[in-house]
Amino acid sequence: MSFYDGLAFFIVLLLGCIPAIILGMMEKRIGNYTILFSIGIIFIIYRETPLELFYLLLYLFLEWHLIALYQYSLRRFGRNKEIFHHAVLFALLPLVMAKLSGFIGHHWFSFLGISYITFKVLQIIIESYDGIIEKNGFSQTVAFLIFFPTLSSGPIDRSRRFEQDFARRWERREYAELLQKGIWKILLGVLYKFVLSVIAYDILGRISGRYDPQYVILYAYVYGIYMFFDFAGYSLMAIGTSYIFGICTPDNFNKPFISRDMKEFWDRWHISLSHWFRDFLFSRFMTDAIRNKRFKNRLNVASMGFIVNMLVMGIWHGLTKDYLLYGLYHGVLLAVTEIYQKKKWYRRVKSKKWYQCISWFVTLNLVMFGFLIFSGKFLEIWAVLMKYL
Amino acid sequence: MEEKLLDILERICDDEAVREDLEMDLFEEGLLDSLAIAELIVAVEEEFKVVLSPTEYEKEELSTVHKIEKILKAKGVE
Repeated sequence: MSFYDGLAFFIVLLLGCIPAIILGMMEKRIGNYTILFSIGIIFIIYRETPLELFYLLLYLFLEWHLIALYQYSLRRFGRNKEIFHHAVLFALLPLVMAKLSGFIGHHWFSFLGISYITFKVLQIIIESYDGIIEKNGFSQTVAFLIFFPTLSSGPIDRSRRFEQDFARRWERREYAELLQKGIWKILLGVLYKFVLSVIAYDILGRISGRYDPQYVILYAYVYGIYMFFDFAGYSLMAIGTSYIFGICTPDNFNKPFISRDMKEFWDRWHISLSHWFRDFLFSRFMTDAIRNKRFKNRLNVASMGFIVNMLVMGIWHGLTKDYLLYGLYHGVLLAVTEIYQKKKWYRRVKSKKWYQCISWFVTLNLVMFGFLIFSGKFLEIWAVLMKYL
Repeated sequence: MEEKLLDILERICDDEAVREDLEMDLFEEGLLDSLAIAELIVAVEEEFKVVLSPTEYEKEELSTVHKIEKILKAKGVE
């Protein structure tokens, strides 16, 4: 059994939602039940892979202590950059081990959800250093980390936001509204993931293996559409389920294909991930570079920031040539967009209708080309082309 | 403090317009963006010795000179 897949999961989910709905409608706190049910469903899902379950539990044990110890050190010794760097390193270590151990035939710390749970731990560590978080309670933190609707693939919530919802006692009217929205999102998610994305996938199967230009273009588009319905559908189901448990997990997609430039695209595509990177990598890189005067002008800082940011995002997707190239591609595109948008010409035409139409069309095609890289098809075609030449 | 803040903003936005209307929305006018915010964070840290975190405030909370001033005051800047 896996998350949001198969009849068994949805039956368990449905049964699990009933007590949450009763608690919600009776204006009681749902939080404790959420922890209980999360633990229960984790044991059911990881039952067939006991090693993953072991790693998940070990991870929680280690990371909880890391958070508690780091926050203790902040209270005791104040803001110290070196200790902060060590804490970040330790928070990253399990993920790095999971990604690297594959090369030597091991699966250290490889459990379903490690990529996403790491973001949450890092957010707590970094915001503690910033002084926005003083101390995390044990049960809220564990609830945040193992919150089952978003455990395996997000959306990535933030601890301060989560804890507010978690502690909240919804009024009946508010909860009823939340419940209604949640059910709607789940149904829409089911339509996306199990109907529309399946259709797109079917078309992909029919046209893969053809290298004529028109098929390659079609492949890029259909793959992009497939990715959207697959992942946006998944996210909608996760968000809808969160709502039923009284947690307003943030949205992950917002009509990405209407974007008129690449920056807008990353504000609409996999939002919780790109905003995480913006807040915890890009902006830190920027402030650090400005503080230490690493670059001559602001535009160079920003360009470098975008490239580093997206490259790391690519690496996070996986250590393959396709993902690295995908990250680099988007980094360079964002850097070029940044430089271009500072031009006087852009300011003059940006609100004109004709300009927006062209800009939308160009952006859409750049995005679809990105998906061609992401799918692995681009390097495949490249290899075929090289052989042919 | 207001004078120092205006100096910083004028330098970052590269536009004297920031002084004209302290309630003007700096994002809408295209004077501030996320990169300028990063500069603002560093400049405020160096000038007033207070730490602003990129995730502490929503964009709307930093959108005018007055709002930024209010945040600095809450952080104890005189």
